[in-house]
Amino acid sequence: MTALIDTLSWVLLTLGGLAVLIGGIGALRMPDLYTRMHAASVTDSMGAILVLVGIMLQAGWSLATIKLIAILLFLLLTSPTSSYALASAALLAGKRPFAETQQDEEEMK
Amino acid sequence: MIVIFGIFLLTLLVITAIAIVRTDNLFVAVMLMGIASLLIAANFFLLDAADVALTEAAVGAGISTVLFLSALALTSERERAKSSNRVLSFIVVAAAALIIIYATFDKPRFGDPEAPVQTHVGPWYLEKTPEYIDIPNVVTAVLGSFRGYDTLGEVFVVFTAGIGVLFLLGGGAAAGSLPQEKINEGLRHHLIPRVVGRVLIPFILLFGLYVQFHGEYGPGGGFQAGAIIAASVILFALLEGEKRALSVVPERALLGLIACGPLLYGAVGVAGIVLGGNFLDYSVLSSDPVKGQQLGILLIEAGVGISVTGVLLAIFHAFAARGR
Repeated sequence: MTALIDTLSWVLLTLGGLAVLIGGIGALRMPDLYTRMHAASVTDSMGAILVLVGIMLQAGWSLATIKLIAILLFLLLTSPTSSYALASAALLAGKRPFAETQQDEEEMK
Repeated sequence: MIVIFGIFLLTLLVITAIAIVRTDNLFVAVMLMGIASLLIAANFFLLDAADVALTEAAVGAGISTVLFLSALALTSERERAKSSNRVLSFIVVAAAALIIIYATFDKPRFGDPEAPVQTHVGPWYLEKTPEYIDIPNVVTAVLGSFRGYDTLGEVFVVFTAGIGVLFLLGGGAAAGSLPQEKINEGLRHHLIPRVVGRVLIPFILLFGLYVQFHGEYGPGGGFQAGAIIAASVILFALLEGEKRALSVVPERALLGLIACGPLLYGAVGVAGIVLGGNFLDYSVLSSDPVKGQQLGILLIEAGVGISVTGVLLAIFHAFAARGR
């Protein structure tokens, strides 16, 4: 049983690490702010959930698990909110999505 | 393994520092400074200095970023064009860096058991804390009791800094005279941040109180708790507008808090003299010296928390009042 939980936890941690890596690559490679945020949100959602659940399995039933659940809830509430605030601030500041600007350029040609 | 993590974090820190120097966009520099603080906090945590890590994360990455941003709202986003005398400044910086690097040769190696920090008063604190004060967190014991004078000095530094900033910025005295409702509303039209903020703010406050009063058992204490509580009120001000935040915690109350913290701390010290001990000797506060020590630490930590909350909030409101 312990070996099973340990294996499961490591699988989750590795997958979480992969999600963070993908989010990081996406944040570097995407063409504009909105698509970058979209890529980075993989880090916030999948990355955070997988890694924290992986650590929870390592911690077992203890106070640490409850704290980890609290952290996870806090992250799940705050990261979409901050993404929303960032995106709407960018939109208010007049940053336009990449696809739209490209379309305009094609029309100009 | 920890050494590898430490080197990794410090490398990232150096990269961030170079990026801060190189960028001429002040907004980017502020964000990078938040990242730098977070990296330092992670590094402190690796070195088992959880109390310092908590302070650095709350103050460095949290509050000071907000304060820098509110300062930026008063000025331009771009750095002014550099003056011509770059050679001279480069020579000065290079000389200072060489002196610092030379000084590090005399430092003991990382984790050296013969280092002064391990052989001087450190072991004595670790040995005597259970006997004299009987709380699990030795950091709080050192900060509150053994080194009570230093912490009193820190509180007065915070107090003086707060007063200085209020003098420079005019203390928000002009706040009442400019009824510009529109800027004053915060993010009231944005439903999502508002709802989430409303859900979170009570818990952030609760966490601040936990950090304040759990400081004797785990990482935490007045400085961290003050920063967290101030952060929750600043979040409220950002979401609901300055005005509502000021009606919750008015300016006069903030000035009272700023004065109250050092006063409470000093009063605990004077109470020690009155009850026949030394200044800041908490043992005489109760019939049982250990209980007295614990009571004294609780009181002075409350003083620290009150004054940090008051100063941070007053500085934030002063910046916001200038922006109007």
